[in-house]
Order: sequence, then structure tokens, then C-alpha cells
Amino acid sequence: MSGDKILNVDRLAMRFGGIVAVQDLSFAAERRKITALIGPNGAGKTTVFNCITGFYKPSGGAIRLTHDGGTTIALERLNDFRIAKQAKVARTFQNIRLFPGMTALENLMVAQHNALMRASGFTFLGLIGAPGYREAEKRAIDLATDWLKRVNLLDRADDAAGNFAYGDQRRLEIARAMCTEPALLCLDEPAAGLNARESAALSELLLSIRDELGTSILLIEHDMSVVMEISDHIVVMDHGVKIAEGTPREVRDDPKVIAAYLGADEEEAAAVMEGGS
Amino acid sequence: MKAPSTHPIKPATSIPALLKTAFVNALIALVLFSLMIGIRTEAGSSGQLTYWTRFGDLASIVAAVFGGSIVIELLRQWIGPTGAEKLVPPAVQSGISFIGRYLAPALLIFTLLVPVMFYNQRYILDLAILVLTYVMLGWGLNVVVGLAGLLDLGYVAFYAVGAYSYGLLATNFGWSFWICLPLAGILAAFWGVLLGFPVLRLRGDYLAIVTLAFGEIIRLVIINWQDLTGGPNGVSGIPRPSFFGIPLDNSDDGLAARLGIEYSPTHRIVFLFYLILALALLTNWATIRLRRLPIGRAWEALREDEVACRALGINTTTTKLTAFATGAMFGGFAGAFFATRQGFISPESFTFQESALVLAIVVLGGMGSQLGVALAALAMIGGFELFRSLESYRMLVFGMAMVLIMIWRPRGLIGHRAPTVYLTKAQAISSDLVKEGHG
Ligand SMILES: Nc1ncnc2c1ncn2[C@@H]1O[C@H](COP(=O)(O)OP(=O)(O)O)[C@@H](O)[C@H]1O
Ligand SMILES: [Mg+2]
Repeated sequence: MSGDKILNVDRLAMRFGGIVAVQDLSFAAERRKITALIGPNGAGKTTVFNCITGFYKPSGGAIRLTHDGGTTIALERLNDFRIAKQAKVARTFQNIRLFPGMTALENLMVAQHNALMRASGFTFLGLIGAPGYREAEKRAIDLATDWLKRVNLLDRADDAAGNFAYGDQRRLEIARAMCTEPALLCLDEPAAGLNARESAALSELLLSIRDELGTSILLIEHDMSVVMEISDHIVVMDHGVKIAEGTPREVRDDPKVIAAYLGADEEEAAAVMEGGS
Repeated sequence: MKAPSTHPIKPATSIPALLKTAFVNALIALVLFSLMIGIRTEAGSSGQLTYWTRFGDLASIVAAVFGGSIVIELLRQWIGPTGAEKLVPPAVQSGISFIGRYLAPALLIFTLLVPVMFYNQRYILDLAILVLTYVMLGWGLNVVVGLAGLLDLGYVAFYAVGAYSYGLLATNFGWSFWICLPLAGILAAFWGVLLGFPVLRLRGDYLAIVTLAFGEIIRLVIINWQDLTGGPNGVSGIPRPSFFGIPLDNSDDGLAARLGIEYSPTHRIVFLFYLILALALLTNWATIRLRRLPIGRAWEALREDEVACRALGINTTTTKLTAFATGAMFGGFAGAFFATRQGFISPESFTFQESALVLAIVVLGGMGSQLGVALAALAMIGGFELFRSLESYRMLVFGMAMVLIMIWRPRGLIGHRAPTVYLTKAQAISSDLVKEGHG
């Protein structure tokens, strides 16, 4: 695989006391492409995400993010909120983390915090009702509305996020991450708990994010129908190390991958096979 | 901050479970009170220890706890939150929202007219000023606890900083109230930030304990820094506020003389009343405004989920600090008002009990609700006065009333949350969804 890389992970290692969760992991994600990170439960995928997004400090290795302009940022040296703010990496969580007591619209407004903070003159201009801030807020509402439309939740804009059905919460979380206008979107099992119809809608949404907005996506997913359909490149992990990578076709036929899934769970192994056929 | 119970709220319990709960509570009471009540010790005439037993009293206390537990459990099932909200018919609900919409303006108009209606009743005016002071403190603390979800048990520290700022600046430099007021707020906010820095990495219970300690530290510093604060003797002779430079006294250039009306000491009380009302309304206005700004939304988001906030690029440390500083600033304003109203301040006015009272107002009001906090301050301070005739039973009756209210409405008087922005229609969000924050 060649081309323009947005993310380079080089010899990443993460240890928790004696537990080695990730070891010597190197991979890259291409710009404007969907890269999937798959592997059986406990393989260390979420840990890799937490290292990339700054929630864990890696025990070793380097994570480099290269923006469109060519500036490169060493993510392993940044705090979590700076990774979202400056490096423009947004993420969702395996166990959804919305603001349940706030409306869908409010959730998307919080995502635009930094831009709105600047527009409100760090609150002082906003407090006196400066027109510049009011315009910025209107634009923020427009962006939020746009995303609510894209994820098909516009009619529920004023409902509390905690009241949403599971699948709706997943989509709202993606919309919220996208409202930060990220360069790289990291999704941790976005199809978990979705039915077949919802999974298909999710695939479409992710493809539109890639193709229409040119956002690069890093995806952890167990649902092989989604992974095989939309991924441009797949990295397979097991027990904290990379065991294979390549196109969906290459990965599907790789005996090591099948063995890893067979070792873990027969159903999942079957899913890998089915997803490809 | 849940309903004051030792057991989580469960759906309808069976009779054996009910008895078991009551039995466990009675057992705890027995252990707790056996030494406190069961055995009474005293120093005898020649200094030796004498003691006698009061097993009868102990038995009646334990029996009361047993019976009380059953009553409370039953009450919780009948009027408690489990299922109760679903039973409210829509007509009643729309009635409640109707009252809700007009309650706040009606309350405001009534408050504005209080000095007119009760002009000759000094006691009521004083009580109203006291209530408004606590409304203001409640609204200030509401920013920290209700919006940002940071449990602050040392709020009185900022009240004290504000009071001493004004007291000391006015007595030492002769600065006027209107110059000292913003200074008191700024100094309190400064202390809020200073406290916040080391403390805000702590969460939940740890944060609560450290803020509690901070409140005590400020009080101890005031007691011991005799040169500056006068120690336990306090600061006296703090100037009364002037009507923008015109004194409110019996002198020739006093306000009464200038207006050509007869002087009455009530003028000053009325002025103080409108002063604290204005300060409280300023707090309310600023809070409502801040809630709709990105900073306020970030506070509430912080209360809902701190990890998600960080994933969205929000600097949680500065966000917490601004919440702390904003709450502290309002506390400082209230403190400056307190100093000018009393004319005398001493460390005794700034004990933990004050922090607890203000926190109780915020929790009782429904965390985050401005109207709820105002109602709770009225109920707490007014109720406290109402029960004055009960003398030593006052605390007991008051405590029981609090317990009953928290069973009836565990999320406070006004439990729902109003969204800060909407596309088509603002609908109240049920308190079941809103998080309480965890530090
Ligand atoms: N904070 C942590 N502390 C200790 N061990 C952890 C922590 N986070 C993850 N692990 C361990 O790392 C391994 C990989 O976990 P995870 O990354 O969640 O796997 P996956 O997302 O691939 O299912 C597991 O063995 C897990 O127990
Ligand atoms: Mg995982």
C-alpha cells in the first residue's frame, strides 16, 4: 500500500503493569480512506484507540499524524483534549458516551465548543450579546442541523439524547464527533448492537463521510459485513500484535486471520467467512 | 447526593424485605446509641467517673427507628419516584407546567412589592433580606454543583473572602461599597482559582472532602491572622452602604433630608432589601446567560460525561476552574453584602454549617434549576423561622421535613432541566436522564 498517509503508528507498545495489551504494533492509515482494525475480543484494539486519542500514554512507540498541509504532530506527546482540538482527531466510544441529559442538538453544540468559545470572545463578548457571536452560534446550529439530517435524526433534535434508541445513539455520537470537523475519525465498534438495516445505513453514512467530506476513518468493527464492504485497508490484531494486513480480499483469505478467529470464537470465524462470500 | 437513605430505591418490596430493612436499621441504631444514650457518664463530686444506664430510652429510640424505617419505606413506595411520575395525568402535568411558567414572574413581582407590603414590619423585611442572601448564595453555588457537577462543601470560604475583602478595604482605606463590591468578587474568584488548581484533578468524594477542608482553612486563617483580620474579635465598624454616595442616615445631607421626607431607619432596610435583590437578580441573569454560552454548555457537558468532553477537545481543567471562579465570585458579592448589612463580621459567621445550608438549598431546589433554588431558599430559611416556636424540636421537625421532601422528590423540587438551545420546541428534560456529576 502506498500513498498519502494521515496516521503512522510505529512500534506502539502499551503495558498495564504486567499485562502487555499492545506490542510492537506498526500500521498506517491512508488519507481519505477507511482503515479497519479488527481482531477477536481482547486483542487490544480499543487500547490502540486510547493511545491514538491520548486517553492512554503509550509505553513505547510513536504515533504521527500528518495534516493536509504537511504538518506532522506527535500524538503520543499531546494531552487527550489537545489531540481533539489541535490534531483534529475525533472519536466515538465502544460503550456510547453521549451527554444523556442534553438534547441531540445540545450534544452537537458542545462538540463545537472550541470554535464557539473563540467566537464568544472567551465568554465576555457572548455575555454582552455581541452580534459576531450570535452569527457564529447560528452557523453552529446550521452545522448541527446538517448533521442531524445526515444521520436521520432531525425530527428528534430537541429530545434528550438519553431517550434515544441504541442505534440512534450510535449515529448521534458519530454526528457529534463529526461536528468537531475532524481530519481523522476514529470509531470504536459503531455497528455493535445494530440490526441489519441499521448496519447498512451505517455503511452508507461512513462511505459518504469518506467520499463527500474526505475525512479519513479508522474503524474498529466486529460486524464483518460492514468491514468487508467499506474498508479500503484492514489491519488484523490478535493478543496485542498485528497478525495480518491488506485489502479485504487478502485478509479474508489469510489463514492466520481465520485461525485467530477460530481460536477465539467459532461464530466470529464464521462471520469472517460469510462477510466475504 | 441521593435521597437520604441507606438503601438504593427499589421497586415495591415485600413485607419480609421491609421488616429486614427495618431490622437492620434498628440494629445500627442499637449499636450507635447504646453508648450515646444507653450509658450516661458524668464526673462525680470528687472527680471520679459515675455512670448510670438508660436502657428504657435506648429501647424507645431503637423502636422508633424500627417503626420509622417501615413508615419511610412505605412512604417511598407510595409517594416516591418509582412509577409515581407515570401516574400523573396529562391534565395535571400541563397544569404544573402552566404554574411553572407563571410562578417565577409572580414570585418576582411579589418580591419587588415586599417592602411596600411589609413596610412597618421590620421582622419580615429582615427575614426577606436573609432569604434573598441565601437565594443569591444558592444561585452562586448552583453554578458549581448544579451545572458543573462539582461537589463543593467549602463554599462559605468565598462568602468569607468577600465579606472580609469589603470589611477590611472599607475600614482600612475608607473605600466605598461600590468600589469594594467588584473587588470582593474578583478576590473571591481569585481564591476560587487558587483552590481549584490543586483540587480539580480530584473527583467525587475526594473533591468534596478537600473543598470542605479549604473552607475550614480559610476560617482558621481568619481566626489566626490577628493583625489583619482581628482574629476571633472580627472586624467592626464596617461602613453602611450609601445610596450612590448619599448616606442613608439622619444627617443633614442624608437621603431623607435631601428628599425632604422624614428620616426613618426603615429606609436603610428597604435599601438593603433592593440591593440584595439586585445582586441576586444579577447572579440569576448571569447564570441564565452563561448557560446558553459555550462555557455554560461545557459545564453541563462536564457534569454529564467528562471523558466525552475531553474527546471533543474541551479543556476540562480550565472549564472546571471557570465554574469554580464564577461561583466563588457570586459568593464574594454576597459576602460583601453581608458585611455591609451587619456592620460587623467575625469568623463565627463562616462555619461549615453555612456551606451545608447552602448546599442543602441547591440539592433541595433541584440541582441546576434557578427557580428551584429560590423556592428551596424560601422554604429552608422561611421554614426555619416558622418552626422557631418549637424551640429544641426545631431541628428535629426540620430534618424530618427535609427527609420527607427528598423521598417525595429525590431530584429536588424542580427536577427537570430546560435545554439551552432548540430547533423547533424547547421541552423539559426529565431528571432521570440528567446526571448529577461526580467531581
Ligand atoms: N486500563 C486498563 N488496565 C488494565 N488492563 C487493560 C486496560 N485497558 C485494557 N486492558 C487490557 O488490554 C487488553 C486489550 O483490551 P482492549 O483493547 O479493550 O481489547 P479489544 O478492544 O480489542 O477487545 C485486555 O486484556 C484488557 O484487559
Ligand atoms: Mg474494544
